[in-house]
Amino acid sequence: MMLGRLVTELLQVALLVGAAPLFVGWVRMLKCWTQGRTSASLLQPYRDLAKLFSKDVVLAENASWIFRFTPYLVFGTTIIAGAVVPMLTINLPLAPIADVIVLVGLFAIARFFTALAGMDIGTAFGGMGSSREMMVASLAEPAMLMAIFTVSLANKSTSLSHIAEVMYSGQSLLKPSLAFAFIAFILITLAETGRIPVDNPSTHLELTMLHEAMVLEYSGRHLALIEWAGMMKLFLFMALGSALFFPWGIAISDGPLEIAGAGIIILAKLAASGIVLVVIETGLAKMRLFRLTEFLGSAFLMATLGMLSFFILE
Amino acid sequence: MNLQIAAQINSFLAAFVLLTAFAMLVQKRIYSLIHIFAWQGLLLSINTAIVGYVANKHHLYISSIMTLSLKVFVLPYILHVLVVRLKIRKEVETLVNIPMTMLIGLALVIFSYHLMAPVSELSHLITKSTLAIALATVLIGLLMMITRKHAVTQIIGFLAMENGLFFAATSATYGMPLVVELGVALDVLIAAFIFGIFFFHIHTTFDSLDVEQMAKLKEGD
Amino acid sequence: MTLLILLGVPLVAALILAFVGERKLAPEINIFGSAATCAAGFMLALQVYEQGPMMAGGKFFFVDAFNVYLAVLTSFVSMTTAVFSRRYMRREVEHGRVGHVQMRFYHAMFQLFIFAMLLCLLTNNIGVLWIAMELATLSTVLLVSLYRTPTAIEAAWKYFILCGVGISQALFGTVLLYFAAEKVLGEGGEALLWTNLSQVSGQLEPTVLSLAFVFLMVGYGTKVGLVPLHNWLPDAHSEGPTPISAVLSGLLLNIALYALVRCKVLVDGATHSHQAGNIMMGFGLLSVLVAAFSLLRQKDIKRMFSYSSIEHMGITTFAFGLGGPIATFGALLHMLVHSLAKSAIFFTVGHASQMHRTQDMDKIRGLFKGNPLVGWGMMFGVMAIVGMPPFGIFTSEFLILTATIKDAPLLTPFLLLGLGVAFAGLFRKVQQMVSGDIPDNQRSLKVAHLPVLLHMGLVLIIGLYLPDFLSRWFHTAVELLK
Repeated sequence: MMLGRLVTELLQVALLVGAAPLFVGWVRMLKCWTQGRTSASLLQPYRDLAKLFSKDVVLAENASWIFRFTPYLVFGTTIIAGAVVPMLTINLPLAPIADVIVLVGLFAIARFFTALAGMDIGTAFGGMGSSREMMVASLAEPAMLMAIFTVSLANKSTSLSHIAEVMYSGQSLLKPSLAFAFIAFILITLAETGRIPVDNPSTHLELTMLHEAMVLEYSGRHLALIEWAGMMKLFLFMALGSALFFPWGIAISDGPLEIAGAGIIILAKLAASGIVLVVIETGLAKMRLFRLTEFLGSAFLMATLGMLSFFILE
Repeated sequence: MNLQIAAQINSFLAAFVLLTAFAMLVQKRIYSLIHIFAWQGLLLSINTAIVGYVANKHHLYISSIMTLSLKVFVLPYILHVLVVRLKIRKEVETLVNIPMTMLIGLALVIFSYHLMAPVSELSHLITKSTLAIALATVLIGLLMMITRKHAVTQIIGFLAMENGLFFAATSATYGMPLVVELGVALDVLIAAFIFGIFFFHIHTTFDSLDVEQMAKLKEGD
Repeated sequence: MTLLILLGVPLVAALILAFVGERKLAPEINIFGSAATCAAGFMLALQVYEQGPMMAGGKFFFVDAFNVYLAVLTSFVSMTTAVFSRRYMRREVEHGRVGHVQMRFYHAMFQLFIFAMLLCLLTNNIGVLWIAMELATLSTVLLVSLYRTPTAIEAAWKYFILCGVGISQALFGTVLLYFAAEKVLGEGGEALLWTNLSQVSGQLEPTVLSLAFVFLMVGYGTKVGLVPLHNWLPDAHSEGPTPISAVLSGLLLNIALYALVRCKVLVDGATHSHQAGNIMMGFGLLSVLVAAFSLLRQKDIKRMFSYSSIEHMGITTFAFGLGGPIATFGALLHMLVHSLAKSAIFFTVGHASQMHRTQDMDKIRGLFKGNPLVGWGMMFGVMAIVGMPPFGIFTSEFLILTATIKDAPLLTPFLLLGLGVAFAGLFRKVQQMVSGDIPDNQRSLKVAHLPVLLHMGLVLIIGLYLPDFLSRWFHTAVELLK
C-alpha cells in the first residue's frame, strides 16, 4: 500500500517536472493565437531548456557560492513544493509533513535566495531586480497568507489534502469567503508567477522587468534550472488553485485507474486554466511599478474580506 | 427553495454587495462608478426578491421592483445623462490614497461587525448575519463621501449609503412597512432631482464639479 | 378634521403657489395659507386642551400636549414669517437678487416646508417621521441656494450632503428600533407607531435600543445642529434668504429635537437608565460651549445669530437630557421662547441687512436712528436671547439652571460659562450696530412691523407672567415625557 502511494508521489513529481514546460508552451501558443501570430511549437520550451543545458556556464569573477548554489536550491524547493500539493490524489504520503504555510515558506526561501543571488554579482540590474522583487513579495505574501488562511478557516484545516477533501465533499459550496479567497488567489498568482499586469515574462526591457533583472547574470545550466523552476512554479500555482477551489476529479482512493483518470483530468483543468490566464493577460496591460501597491492591495483586501465574511456570514 | 440554500444565497449576495461597495470606494472613473452602483442595486433587488419569496412577504416584491426600477435604471440613467451633459471625463483624484482608503474600509467592516454582533444574535431570521454587511455598506458610502472631492462621486456615495440602509431594513426585519419604504423611495427620487439641479448650478457657477473649489465659507470669515 | 385642514392647507397652498408663485398676489396667498394653517393649529390645540390626546386617520396621526404645542408654534411662526417675507422678498426682487422663477419656487417650497414640519410633528409613525424630516431638508436645500451666488451654492451643497448623511444614520436607528419593536408588537406598520411603542417600551430589547439611540442621536442631532455635527448650520443660515433663516432657526431645529426627544422616551423606557439622557447632555453642553466661543469670532450678522441658535439648541438638548420635571418644563418653555425671539431677531436682521445691503456687522451702524423698530427690535431681541429678565428666556434658562444645580452640580459652571460668553459676545456686537449715527450706506425702507412686535410681545408676556393654560399644558407634556 505504502509502496503504491510512493509511486503515486513520484508520478506526481514527474508530472510536475515533465509537464511544466508543456504548460508554458501551451500558454505561449494561446497567446500567439489571440494576438494573431503564428505560434512556435508546443514543445519549444523543452528545446529551449535543452539548448541551455548544452551550453557552458559563464560565471562572473566575483560570484560567490550563493550564486552557484541558488539554481539548485530553487529547483529543489519547487520540487518539494510540488510533492505536497495534491494534484493526482488526496492521499499523498508527503502531505502530512507540510501544510499550506510551509508551502508559502518554500516559495519564500526560493525567492530569498534568488534575490541574494541577484545582488551577489553586484551589477546594477541584479540589485534593482532584487529590490523590486522584494517589494512585490512584501505585498504579495501577506495577501497570499490571508487568502490561504481564509480557505483554511472555511475548511477547518491548514493541511492541503484535508482542504481538498472537504472541498471535494461539497460541504463548502457557495461560501462567500471562498469566492473572495479565489479572487485574491488569482491576483496573487499573477503577481507571484510574474505575469501581466505585474511583470511581463516575454520582454527584457530594462526599465520594467522584475524577475528577469534578477537572473540576468545566469547562463547555461544554471539559467536552465531557474527557468525550469519558474515554469514549475506557474504550473504549481495552477494546480494549487485547482486543489483548493476545484478539486473535483482528483483521486480519492489509491486505485491505479483512478489515478490515471485524475492525471488526465488535472491536465485538462490546467489546459483550461491556461486559457483563463491568457484571457486575463490579453485584457490587461502591464502596470507601472508604483501602481502595484494598488493591485496587491486589492488582493489583500479581497483576502481580508473573505476572512471577514467568514466570520460575519458563516 | 429551502431555507438553508436561501440563507446561503443571501449571504453570497451580501458578500457581493460588500464587494461592490469596496469597488466603488476605490474606483476612480465616473462611468465605472455609475455602473457599479447599478450592479449593487441589481444585487439588492435580487436579494430582496429572494428574501420575500422565502419569508413569504409579498410587500418585499414591491420593494424589489422599486429598487430595480429606481436604483438600477432611473438613478444610473439620470447620473449618466448628467455626466454626459456636463462633459465630465476627468478621472477624479481622491483625498486619501487608495490603499489607505481600503484599509479604513476594512476597519469599518470590522467595526460594524462588532457593533452588530449583539443585535444579530437576537435575530431569528435567515438574513440576520447580513446586518453587519449592511451597516458596513452604509459606513463605506460615508467614507466615500468624505474621501472624494467630486460632486458626482459624493452623490454616488450618498446613494450607496441609501442602498446600505435599504439592505439593513431587509436583513434586520424583512423590510420596513410598505408606507415607509415608499416614502423613502420618494425622498430618494426628490433628492435625485435636487442634485440634478445642483450639478448644473455648481457647474455654471464654478465651471467644474470639483467641490474643493467650494471652500469660501470658513470659520471666522 | 381639523388635523386634515392643518396638513391639507399648506400642501394645497404649495400646489397653487407652484403655478402662480411669481404673480403679484402670491405673497398674499402665502400669508393667507399660513394664516389658515395657523388658525387650524389653534383649533386643534383647543380640541386637545379640552379632550386630551387623540388619534386620527386610523392611528396614523397622533396629537398630544407635546406635539400640538409645537404644531401651534410652527404654524404661528410660519404665518408671521410669511408676513415678513412679503416686504422682504419684494425688495429682493427689486434689487434683482432673485428672479420670477425663483419667487415661484420660493413660495411653493415655503409651504411644502411647513407641510413637512407639521407632518413630522403630527405623525404617529416613526418611519414617516423620518421621511417627513428628510422632506423638510430637501424642500429647504434649494431655498438656501436661492441667490445662486457661489457661497450660497456652497452652503446649500454642504447642507444637502451633511444633513443627508446625518439623516441616513437616523434611518438606520429607525430600522433598529423597528427590529426591536417587531419582536414585541409583531410585524407590519403597527410596530412603528409611537403610541404602541411607548406602551411596550419596557419590553423592548435594551441593547438594541441603546445602539439605535446612538444612530438616532447622530442623525437627528445633525439636524438639530449639535456640535460637532453643526457645520452646515451657520452656512445655510447665513447664505439663504432671511425668512428661510428665520424658519430654519426657529422651527426646523425644534422639530428635529422633537424627533430626538420622542425617541429618547422609548429608549429610556427600555433601558431603565439615564444613558440616553447622558449622551444628550454631553452633546448639549458641548454645543453651548463651542457655539458661545464661535460667536465671538463672527463678522457676518446672520452667521453670528445662527451660532446663537446652536447654543440655544444645546441648552434645550441638555435640559431634555437632564430630565426631571423642572428641566423638562424649562426645555419646553425654552423651545417656545427661543423660537419666537430668534425669528424676531432674524426679521430685524433681514431688514437691517437690506438697509445696508450687506451682512457684514462692521458696516451696519445707527439702527436706532435709522429705523427705531429695527434697532429696538434687535436690541430687545438680543436682550431676550441672552437671557435677561423680564423676557421669557430668562425664566426658562433659570429653570434649567436650577435643575442643573440640583441634579448635575458639576456641570453648572460650564453651562454658566457658555451663557456668559454668549452674552458678552452678542451684546458687544449688537451694541455697535444699533447705536451711533446713520452711516452713508444706510437707506431707509418700509419694514414689516407686525411680526417683530407680535413675537417680542409674546416673549415679554411669557417672561412676566406665564399664562395658566400654558403652564398646565407644559405640565401635561412633562408628564408625557417622563
